[in-house]
Parts: sequence; structure tokens; C-alpha cells
Amino acid sequence: MIAFDYRTPGSLEEVYADLKEAGSDGKIIAGGTALVIMMKQQLVQPSCVISLRNVSGLSDISENNGSVHIGGLVSHAHLDASDVVQGKLPVLGATYHHVATQRVRTMATVGGGLAHADPNQDPPPTFIALGASFELGSAGGSRSVAAEDFFSDYYETVLEPEEIVTGVSVPLMAANSGAAYLKFLPRSADDYATVSAAAVVTLDAAKSTIQDVRIAMGSVNTTPVRATASEDVLRGQPVKAEGLREAGEKAKEHTDPVSDFRGSGSYKTQMAAVFVRRALEAAIANAS
Amino acid sequence: MDKKIKFRVNGTEHELEVPTNRLLVDMLRYDLGLTGTKEGCSVGVCGACTVLIDGEMVSSCLALAVFADGRDVTTVEGLAQDGELHPVQQSFIRYGGFQCGICTPGQVVAAKALLDQNPRPNEEEIKDWMMGNLCRCTGYYKIIESIEKAHEFAK
Ligand SMILES: Cc1cc2nc3c(=O)[nH]c(=O)nc-3n(C[C@H](O)[C@H](O)[C@H](O)COP(=O)(O)OP(=O)(O)OC[C@H]3O[C@@H](n4cnc5c(N)ncnc54)[C@H](O)[C@@H]3O)c2cc1C
Ligand code: FES
Ligand code: FES
Repeated sequence: MIAFDYRTPGSLEEVYADLKEAGSDGKIIAGGTALVIMMKQQLVQPSCVISLRNVSGLSDISENNGSVHIGGLVSHAHLDASDVVQGKLPVLGATYHHVATQRVRTMATVGGGLAHADPNQDPPPTFIALGASFELGSAGGSRSVAAEDFFSDYYETVLEPEEIVTGVSVPLMAANSGAAYLKFLPRSADDYATVSAAAVVTLDAAKSTIQDVRIAMGSVNTTPVRATASEDVLRGQPVKAEGLREAGEKAKEHTDPVSDFRGSGSYKTQMAAVFVRRALEAAIANAS
Repeated sequence: MDKKIKFRVNGTEHELEVPTNRLLVDMLRYDLGLTGTKEGCSVGVCGACTVLIDGEMVSSCLALAVFADGRDVTTVEGLAQDGELHPVQQSFIRYGGFQCGICTPGQVVAAKALLDQNPRPNEEEIKDWMMGNLCRCTGYYKIIESIEKAHEFAK
């Protein structure tokens, strides 16, 4: 790791000023769990590291106007233990609990995890299925980007160089809805997923018809992906095992996984179909 | 590039000029001589380097030394109080929670963090919390037992 100028701004304004001054040599650090490894491996060598750790106002979780707001500096462990999340969006707490181990969750932050943009990470599929949006801030103002539009390639996002993730906004689920996130872990419990799937299903009042559904997958492509082809065969259809199986098969249209030590590409595609079906079954069970 | 930082380790104040790219584990071991904290994997997986910052467990191999500025760091050397081992250390000895010992500083520091917020954890809670502390010797059962029974040694 090369030496660098270490800045500890206390406000967002100061962060933006530091980012502007550092230009392309600057890098934000939050928990450091991803960046420090990449710096040790000399994959990135910033000459200026700007810490968010002293910035106030980014570490809260609150609920208002039908959505839950999560600050960009909230740690995974804090999110997982939050009463608001446990009460209103338990699937999100469960998803973050799947990330690595308690020690990594204590260090890693929500904003840092999203900006890292490894397609094997857990939170993105759940955020996409929940219809969350990410709040991005810069000296020029702020904008909101839908979770499914945020990731652009392996470790790439739509973040501009001088922009940061200030928070996430997650709408509460509609009545008669259920959600689930499933992570396929054939190796060890603290591993990244071989494949993962998140589903949010909204049923009609009689709980026999699928009114709306959102499905997303991790580890099956260069980014987390929304499985719209699966959703299309389910929307407006009765809850039937055959339909859920077909939706799983349709998910394969969205997969193009790499072969690695967590499984071959074709194995991951097969398992994606299985995990999409199981996530749907679990989401429906949670709704009923 | 150096930065002056002020922090406490196991209750003792320190003021140091550290290179910004110094890792916390290296500052503890080489600048302060606290070699109880071990380094195994260097990438956040094994837990050998576990220390507490303001009571929260972190991998000191992934933490920059400058993260400690203004904070309280606890290492394995800080668990014993007034010459008496921490209850979880006594329990590891009594119930055979270690063999070669290389993972043990990380195990007992992680276990202390758990016991601080949950003095009587059950087996599931212990497994969930301790999942990130690997051990190549014990097969884990003795570690779980040591943590489960640490309350026997609490005053
Ligand atoms: C051992 C280990 C196991 C892991 N296992 C899993 C797993 O099973 N599942 C999983 O999902 N993840 C896993 N991870 C990845 C983990 O989720 C990320 O390392 C973590 O989320 C990154 O968050 P951070 O706050 O530490 O980010 P940092 O390391 O501080 O930063 C990561 C990147 O984001 C940028 N950045 C940080 N904060 C912001 C911000 N607010 N706005 C814009 N850019 C920002 C940084 O410049 C850097 O490029 C694992 C990590 C480790 C070390
Ligand atoms: S050496 Fe830090 S977790 Fe392994
Ligand atoms: S006692 Fe040897 S690795 Fe744990």
C-alpha cells in the first residue's frame, strides 16, 4: 500500500470540496473492508483518501412517508439490529445478516457496500426487489437512482467521480406482500453466494392471485440483475407451483455467470432457476 | 505521509506519528509492541487480528491505524484486570478452548465483545457471532463450550 494524504472532513460540504481538490487521485473510505484490501493488493492506489467516518448525519435509520431511510454510513451490523428494519423490512435485515461475519458487518457500511459493486454481494438483489432507490450527493446537488439502474458493470456504478452515496430509501411493502432473500452457500456459511435470489410478491386480498412481483438475482451476471422475464409470467396469475417453476426457468434469460471456484457457469444458471423458485415460494409463504 | 493521532489502548493514552498507510495490526504489534494480536489471512476472513475499537470488534488487518484516532482500542493484553484473567480467558483454560493458540487472542477478544452485550449466549448465538474466527485445531466444540460457560467465572 502506498502512502496517501488522509482527510477527515466533518461535513458533506467538506467531503465534496476534498473530492474536487483530489480529482481522480482521490478515493472515499467508509468501513475500509473493501478499499483497504484493494489498496494492499495495489489494485487501487489513491494519493488522497477521504474518510466519511467523521461526517455527521449519515448514520441514522428512520421511517417516514411510507419509506425507510438508511444513511450511507450505517454499518451492516447496525442495520441488521435496527428496530425499524426488523419491524418493517425484516427481509432487509436478514439479507444484511447474510453478509460475511459479524466482524465484517460491524465495519462495513451500506454506502461503501453499494459503491463497491461486486455482483456477488448480498444487499443489491434485495434492494432491487424492494424497489429501493439510492440517494447520491455531490457539490452540484443530489439525485436519486433506482437500485436496478445503479450498477453498470463489474465493480462499476453510475456514480460520478465526485459523487457519493448519502443514503438509501426503501418503500414499505404493500398490504398482502411477502419477501424473501435466499443465498446459495455450498462451501461455507461466511462465503459469498454461488447464486442468490430476492423476491417480493404482492397477492390479492384472497391471497390466490399474484398482483405484483419483483425478482432480482446476484452472482449470475456482471451486475445484480432484475429478472423481468420471470416477473412477466407471474403478474396477474394464480399462485400455482407450475407458474413458480416456469418463473424460475425464465430467470435463466437474465444469467451469464462466470465459472469459478463457487461453481461452473452452467451450474450457476441451473441453480439460479431453483433459487428464484424457492425465493418466490418463501415470499408467498411470508405473505399468507 | 504521516499523521499525528491520539488514542487509548487498553486504557493507556498514546500519541503517535504514524504513516497513513500503516495498518492497525502493524501499529499495535510493531509500534507499541503488543504482539498478542496475530495476523493470519490479512483479508478479514480468519479473525486472528480481532481487536475492539470503542467496544466494537474489527479486523485490525483491514483497519487503518488512523481509524484509531480519538478512540479506545482493546487488545487481548487488555482483557485481564488487576492481574486476574478475564472470565472468558479462565473459561478457555478450564474447558480447553485452545490447542496451538494462534487463533486464541482473536477468539477471546471476539467472545468478550459477545459477552459484553449478551452475558449468557446460547450455542446458536455463539456460532453466529464467532463464525468469523477460524480455528484449525480445536474443531470448535471446546471454544463454544468455553464461551457458553464463561459466566461461571464472572464475579
Ligand atoms: C472477508 C469479507 C467477506 C465478505 N463477504 C461478503 C458477503 O458474503 N456478501 C457481501 O455482500 N459482501 C461481502 N463482503 C464485502 C463487503 O460487503 C464490502 O467489503 C463492504 O460492504 C464495503 O463497505 P465499506 O464501508 O467497508 O467500504 P469501503 O471499503 O470503505 O469502500 C468500498 C468502495 O466504496 C467507495 N465508497 C465507500 N463509501 C462510499 C460512499 N458512501 N459513496 C460512494 N463511494 C463510497 C470506496 O471509495 C471504495 O471504492 C465481504 C468483505 C470481506 C472483507
Ligand atoms: S488477519 Fe485479519 S482477519 Fe485474518
Ligand atoms: S488453537 Fe490452533 S488454530 Fe485455534
